[in-house]
This record gives sequence, C-alpha cells and structure tokens, in this order.
Amino acid sequence: MLESVLASGGLVLLRDSVEWEGRSLLKALIKKSVLCGEQVHILGCEVSEEEFRDGFDVSINSQLVYHDLFRDPLNWSKTGEALPEGALGALRAMYRRTDPGPVIIALDSLSWLLLHLPCTTLCQTLHTLSQQDTCSGDSSPVKRVCVLGLLHEELHGPGPMGALSSLAQTEVTLSGTASQTSAHILYRRPRQRPTHKIQWFSILPDFSVDLQGGPPLESQPHPDPDTPLVDPTTHLTFNLRLSKKEKEAKDSLTLPFQFSSEKQQALLCPGSGQATSHIFYEPDAYDDPDQEDPDDDLDI
Amino acid sequence: MFPELNNLLNTTPDRVEQGKLTLLCDAKTDGSFLVHHFLSFYLKANCKVCFVALIQSFSHYNIVGQKLGVSLTTARERGQLMFLEGLKSSVDVFFRAEEKPHPLQFLREANAGNLQPLYEFVREALQPMDKGEAAWRCPVLLVDDVSVLLSLGVGAVAVLDFIHYCRAAVCCELQGNMVVLAHDSGDAEDEENDILLNGLSHQSHLILRAEGLATGFCRDVHGQLRVLWRRPPQPTAQRDRSLIYQYKIQDKSVSFFARGLSPAVL
Repeated sequence: MLESVLASGGLVLLRDSVEWEGRSLLKALIKKSVLCGEQVHILGCEVSEEEFRDGFDVSINSQLVYHDLFRDPLNWSKTGEALPEGALGALRAMYRRTDPGPVIIALDSLSWLLLHLPCTTLCQTLHTLSQQDTCSGDSSPVKRVCVLGLLHEELHGPGPMGALSSLAQTEVTLSGTASQTSAHILYRRPRQRPTHKIQWFSILPDFSVDLQGGPPLESQPHPDPDTPLVDPTTHLTFNLRLSKKEKEAKDSLTLPFQFSSEKQQALLCPGSGQATSHIFYEPDAYDDPDQEDPDDDLDI
Repeated sequence: MFPELNNLLNTTPDRVEQGKLTLLCDAKTDGSFLVHHFLSFYLKANCKVCFVALIQSFSHYNIVGQKLGVSLTTARERGQLMFLEGLKSSVDVFFRAEEKPHPLQFLREANAGNLQPLYEFVREALQPMDKGEAAWRCPVLLVDDVSVLLSLGVGAVAVLDFIHYCRAAVCCELQGNMVVLAHDSGDAEDEENDILLNGLSHQSHLILRAEGLATGFCRDVHGQLRVLWRRPPQPTAQRDRSLIYQYKIQDKSVSFFARGLSPAVL
C-alpha cells in the first residue's frame, strides 16, 4: 500500500481528523521512503522535532533533513533562530536545492500552512514543488518529487479543500471502526479515470505498517440454549384452531352475496303465503306533492 | 480535585504526566467544574501554576477552591500561583502608563492583533527562577477560557498561534502541562469557534468533553463526559482510546457512573 501511494509522485494528501490522526501514517511513509534510499525533507510546524523523531531509530533519524518551523514560526522571540522568511521562504528554498535523485518532502502539516498562508500562494508553491521533474530541460537526471501533506479535514472549508484536492495525485482519507483504522485511497493518474481502494491497517510501534484484510467480523449473537422455550399457544382465551364439526358448519354456510341457484329460485318465485310488500309514506308539510319530473322540459 | 475523575483518567497528584495539553470543552452545559478540578489537582501536586482567568474573578475561584481543599490566596502568596485576573486587569490597559505591553494589550488595538504580550506574560510567569525558590514540580498553564478571546476581537488563527507558542514554551521546553477550556457552539454555526476548537483538538493529547444530555435537563444526571486520548506515546497504546461517563455535580464533589446507571434509577 505504501509503495503505491508514493509511486506516482506529485502531491499526496493525507487527510485525517480528530478521531483518526494521521501523523503515525505520515511517519510510516517517511520510514518506508528512507529505507528505499530516498531523500526526505520534513517541514515541521505542529510538533517539536524531538516528538517527531521519537520512534525512529538512529539510522533513519540521521537521514532525515528537518526544517523546524515549530519553535518560533512567527519570529516572536527575535533571537534570529527562526527560519528566515517564515513558512513560504522555507517552502521555496526546498525547490531551489539541486541534489539529484528522488526526494520526498513531508509537510507536517499542510493545515498549518493553509491557515497562515493565502490559499492561492500555497497552491502555486505546491504545484511548482511537485511538478519539478517535468521542468528540467537539460540532461540532468529526472528528479521525481513527491510532496506528502498532512491535512486536518475539519479545519478548512470546501473551497481550499477542493483546490488542494484538484492538485493532488493521490488522496488518503483516514477513518475506521472502534478498533481498526482504514485508509480510503484515491488515485488520480493522468489520462485515466480515478481509482480508489480501501485498505485496513494498523501502525506498529516501530512505524511499520501491518496490513489487514478487512474490518473485524462482529461475532453473531448466538441464542442462549439454556433458556427453556415457552409455548405461547397454551392458556389462550381464544381458539386458534377449529374442530371438525366447526369446520363443517363453516363450510356449509352460504355467504350473503354469493349467488347460488337455490337463492335465485327463492327470489324469483315468491313463497306461498308471502304478501307483497307495501311502502307507507306520510308526506311532510314541506314536501312537494307535484309528481311531475322537473327535467321533462329539457330537450334532450 | 475530584477523586473519581482522577480514577477515570488514571492519574494522581503524585504521578503527574508531563508535556501534555489537555483540552476541556463543553457543549450545551457548563464545563467549568473541570477547570476547578484541574486547578486544585495541580496545586495539590505541588506544581507552579499560571492561571489566565478571563471569565470569573479571583474570589470566585478561591471560594470553589476552598471547597475542594486548596487555598488560592495562600498559593498566590507563596509564589506557587500566578493569577491573571482578566476582569480586573482589563481596566488597567486603559488607565496604566504604557511602559511595557500589557498582557491584554489586544483590547486596545483597532484591528485583530496577535497575543504576543499575553504569551510573554505566561512565559515570564512560568520561567524557573534560579535563586531562593522552593522547587515546584512542573509548570502548568491553565486558561479559562479561549472562546471569550474570539468575542473580544481576536481571530481564531491568532488564538491558535498563542496556544502554539505556549505549547512550545510550556510543554516542550519546560516539560510542563497545559489545560485549556473552549466552548463548543454546537448548532449555532460559528465558523471561527469551530476552527479554534478543531485546531485545539488536533494539538491536544487528551480531550475532555462535557455535554448536556440530548433529552434535556435532569435533576440526577447533569451531563455526560467524553474522554478521548489522542497522540499516545506509542501508536498501539493499550488503554482505551475513548470513554463515556455520565456525571452529577454535588456540593463538594462530582460523581461519575456508566451511562444509564445513575444511582437514582438503580
């Protein structure tokens, strides 16, 4: 997973949140790059250098070039120890270096830079930084540059996030379940449709990555075999089943609107001794005794 | 200091972790009981405390502190407590001669300035003195609270920079601790406050979040406390990353219990 994230170069965004922090993955990617022999420059803004280097062994620490912007980023102490020209100067100095070979520039964090620099300036600088390998016209070896930026999702609005997304070749978004972390990786290759995959992983204490197959399966809750099954049909106050006699009586019942031949005969031939029925009507004072149909004069 | 909260956080005044930033936040309820807890905790742990109190007066904290077993007056007299009473000293900004920038100098400025004078005040207060002082355990900065700075005209990024510099000085250089209270505006969409709260959350090692109950006010359960451990020293720390407890505030203590298991309903 780590190789594929760094393979295409360009800008790689590592998006984390308060609940799923991304600095451990950033350090794991840095360790992997150092072990592959690549140069790594780190611009540290959010944690101290000691805390960042904590967990790496001496061989890896000696290979890291650390630019410390944590102790005095805004030059408040005025002792001259701060990086001159601040954050923007430090970034621009990185693409003026002339060493050959592939290089990884890790920004811890891109969120800090985005809060302190105008978005357009930062995007232009990142673009220049990550596109370095295409601009060399002479015969110098192609320098593959990969800029790895840690971005805290909740701190920025959709505008800056969208701008950085459009610049990025790869985006890794961290989330997970209660016990495991997942990385949703989105690859944007030129002239190809974006692809994405989800990788479950955990980071070991020495910052190597342990890849896992999938989310841990939740164990199905088994029904407890000890509880006796109670028959709910006992002691009911109503019948659930019919006896044979009741069934016969029910089947032989004729329904009121079912027209059988016997019923037809009974209706057509009035039975003996049955008087024809009369309707007795007492008109009210308001009733109109006129039997004429008011619609007769309509010429239909 | 609430002993039950110490048990939840697995700390005692004798075993104080160093170099940590603790964020206290409250949503739909009052989280100031956490500030009183940490104030009395660190005073009992024999730490040198700088308290930037912007919300209440000194006597308020003193009265509550006495219920919890610490006397702020005594601590201030013997140099253990440096207290910046925001309510009182904000008036000094206007009526004092300007020999040195006042910690609350930003109140005078027309546009949103930075909090460098306040940082210088904190740094000077917690700087270990060489001569003739009792050895305090580690310096602690307590801020109550940072959300009010937004209301006073300071930008969210300026407040984050102030906390950044304090963290560099207090947590990293002096190996002390910081405790900061911020309010969560919740549904009222306050973008600056959200940036401040999220930015602080990312910088913190421990987040204690007091929330009101979703169902409203209750006499026996005053709220819910979420505890989130971030940035553990090892990526695979064994302790639980997150806990949720409900609590009830009494006169001199706070009792914590698992959700749904309030003594009133058992």
